[in-house]
Amino acid sequence: MSDIKEIIGKICPDATFEEGGCLLVNVPEKKWYPLAKSLKENKDLDFDVLSAVVGMDWKETIGVVYYLTSTSHNWGMVAVKVEAENRDDAYIHSVSDLWKVANFQEREVYDMFGIKFINHPDMRRFFLRNDWVGHPLRKDYDANPELNPIRLEDEKNEDDSRVFVEDADGKIKEEPRKVFNEDEYVVNIGPQHPSTHGVMRFRASLDGEIVKKVDVVSGYIHRGIEKLTEGMTYPQILHFTDRMDYMSAHQNRHCLCACIEKAMGLEIPKRAQVIRTMMDELMRISSHLLSFGCTAMDLGATTAFFYGFREREMVLDIFEKTCGARMSMNYNVIGGVIADLHPDFVKDVKHLIEIMPERLKEYHKVFSGNLIAKNRLKGVGMLSKEDAINYAITGPSGRGSNWSCDCRKKHPYAAYADVEFDEVLLDGCDSYSRYMVRMKEIEQSCRILEQLVDRIPEGDIRAQVPKIIKLPAGRWYQQVEASRGTFGVYIESTGEKNPYRVHFQSPCFNLVGVMDLTCSGYMIADLITIGAALDFVIPDIDR
Amino acid sequence: MFDFGKWTSAFNSLLLGTGMPEWAAVLIECVIIAVLVLATYIVLALFYILYERKLCAWFQCRLGPMRVGKWGLLQVFADMFKILIKELICLKGTDRFLFKLAPYIVITSSVTMLACLPWGNGLQIIDWNIGIFFILAVSSVGVLGILLAGWASNNKYTLIGAMRSGAQMISYELSLGISLMTICVFAGTMNISELVAEQESAWFLFRGHIPAIIAFIIYVIAATAETNRGPFDLPEAEHELTAGYHTEYSGIHFGFFYLAEYLNLFIVSGIATLMFLGGWMPLHIPGWEAFNNIMNYIPSIVWFLAKAFFISFVIIWFKWTFPRVRIDQMLAFEWKYLMPFSLANLILMAVFVALGWHF
Repeated sequence: MSDIKEIIGKICPDATFEEGGCLLVNVPEKKWYPLAKSLKENKDLDFDVLSAVVGMDWKETIGVVYYLTSTSHNWGMVAVKVEAENRDDAYIHSVSDLWKVANFQEREVYDMFGIKFINHPDMRRFFLRNDWVGHPLRKDYDANPELNPIRLEDEKNEDDSRVFVEDADGKIKEEPRKVFNEDEYVVNIGPQHPSTHGVMRFRASLDGEIVKKVDVVSGYIHRGIEKLTEGMTYPQILHFTDRMDYMSAHQNRHCLCACIEKAMGLEIPKRAQVIRTMMDELMRISSHLLSFGCTAMDLGATTAFFYGFREREMVLDIFEKTCGARMSMNYNVIGGVIADLHPDFVKDVKHLIEIMPERLKEYHKVFSGNLIAKNRLKGVGMLSKEDAINYAITGPSGRGSNWSCDCRKKHPYAAYADVEFDEVLLDGCDSYSRYMVRMKEIEQSCRILEQLVDRIPEGDIRAQVPKIIKLPAGRWYQQVEASRGTFGVYIESTGEKNPYRVHFQSPCFNLVGVMDLTCSGYMIADLITIGAALDFVIPDIDR
Repeated sequence: MFDFGKWTSAFNSLLLGTGMPEWAAVLIECVIIAVLVLATYIVLALFYILYERKLCAWFQCRLGPMRVGKWGLLQVFADMFKILIKELICLKGTDRFLFKLAPYIVITSSVTMLACLPWGNGLQIIDWNIGIFFILAVSSVGVLGILLAGWASNNKYTLIGAMRSGAQMISYELSLGISLMTICVFAGTMNISELVAEQESAWFLFRGHIPAIIAFIIYVIAATAETNRGPFDLPEAEHELTAGYHTEYSGIHFGFFYLAEYLNLFIVSGIATLMFLGGWMPLHIPGWEAFNNIMNYIPSIVWFLAKAFFISFVIIWFKWTFPRVRIDQMLAFEWKYLMPFSLANLILMAVFVALGWHF
């Protein structure tokens, strides 16, 4: 860590450092872009992944915290805090040309905080309508409903975008841009569409059947979870995570609990750790089965969909017995899990592990072994490893591009350090690889379950926690491997019983970021295939 | 074998016996036949909807409709009444005349084809020397309705669906026509009753062996594409185009597209039965007199329907098993493989016929 400080100190002498869970670099806005460039390009630092972009309002100042990861240096992380110079007319230099993932992330920050990013190619709002008044996550936001009534007319000037450019004297100028030209044939896919897997809208410009450009319009089911958390206590905010990516409910909640536990310095009983691990893996199996079913369904193989659901039902039954619910299980709590395992748990899990290999063969026979399915999936939606890293595409989609990015291996948490499993990597970089990674991960999840099912230690299911949970002042970032990629939780606390700011870094948010890149040049039917193989879940994007 | 022709001629002489002029008798007969055809059409459509729903459910480890009536038998009637009472919506910006005309074109072409099929011994409405050619010609009219529907709806999805449908139907009509022509070369006739009579000794599929079997396979593939069914259901690929060309239709207008789709499934199965599996002709094996006589006891209409339902079963099986192909793959498959192959097969059949290498 010390040499990172040294190197950064050399590049940017104005930088100050804060120790903590993760090294935080304070850098003035003017120096941020050059520093970012060297953080990425300097071989000794090599921060090639932009893990999270967290907009922050510190009341006196407003700014952004960037979390950077270096894949080549043992997945070390560093945080960079950049404050805008003027709170009311805030500008920060965009890094979307260095890390492409910043494109959507910075749009979200602009949407929620009103920070404008200089040189960002498409500075529009991301979630809210372009006629929305105010930026909701600012502490001085006026939530008066009269300012933002339910609007009954369409959004105007949807195609208007802009770029902020800085001239030689440092003056900032706004230049208009168009998303689509007048003469382009733009087809709406969504927000109500059977294959967008939720309320998602893609505007695709077509040339015959060929997709030229995809514009992602999000926010149709945005619930303002990050805003809501600011008014709640820590135990109260837990339930939100189950409602984000509902197919990764356990992992998401695990992540939030782990982040709070990390901040509290809480030791989690071994039994709870193992239960959490097993639940995470069951959730992953259920999620990948759904993904299998939906991919098959989107490609028109409706029967295979039911086969996937048949087995997913068994996983849900296991959840139902232990957690009392099939979706939104609300199982993890701060310090452990809320209830002990159902007596049938071991028997049911063993049964699932036993039948899964046969069923996977059946899936292959009925769907992925089929010539039509192979032709539809192979070579469609190419995403190179470099792009996957640059766009921070983690999870099965990233591993389908041969990027080793499994959090369970990189920063082992819960009981993952004690179990043997392989990180599934395929180098096809296409939709077929992404699909196959999921299928093989089901096998690996079964392997993890097999190792743990007979070794669930006795003991408490949760640690003793105080009645009122207060986190010390500070900031924490925690990542877990959710079903669709790395899920991150950022908490900043001022020592109160409710958080000052919570940010959820969801994997699906990054997944939609590559829709334009992966779909351009393919056919409209491939857009659906690519979407299915990337497997995004909309509530995870629209937090 | 019972000849239904006896009934029809008896009815005809009954009418003439009352002293009415011949044109009046023909008029009455025409009206009765029209009513019968429409009734058959509805009954078959209802049967097919239930047939597909049950089959698809069984393929998918489900039960299918079970609540309305015993084993859900009345479900289709409930659905039919529901669709009849739905409002016909015509959106702003649509070409109203063409929009409303389109479903009728589709359904008319489908009903006309149904009328040409040989249902049983003596149970045939139109019988002329270009029978099979006429069926093919009428089937091409249906695509006009689909193109109109897509165009008149003034919707981007429907337009793409209609264009896909046009490309698909025109392409696959070639292999479909050529594979039927292969059999016409073999039979030496296009007359439907003669085609059936030719298969008295054995069905064409067996008599023509290799080229006939190839033609049969090509026909089934092309027919699946012609009826817009999976894996060739691109014109209405619900996962891409919501519902394709009929996205904007509601009520019975949508119902017409829906019925036509199911009936076309029956019709292509019926044509396959006629051309390859002997039409209403029972299974005859040359030399097995006793067996042939037993087969003759099964009524001809049962033979026809059973064979048609079997082929429909195969096509339904395709749909619920295969994923959907992409438009370029579909066209490449037709133009690069299926059509050259069927042309070669036609020549092969001509050689077989010329050299007498058949039964």
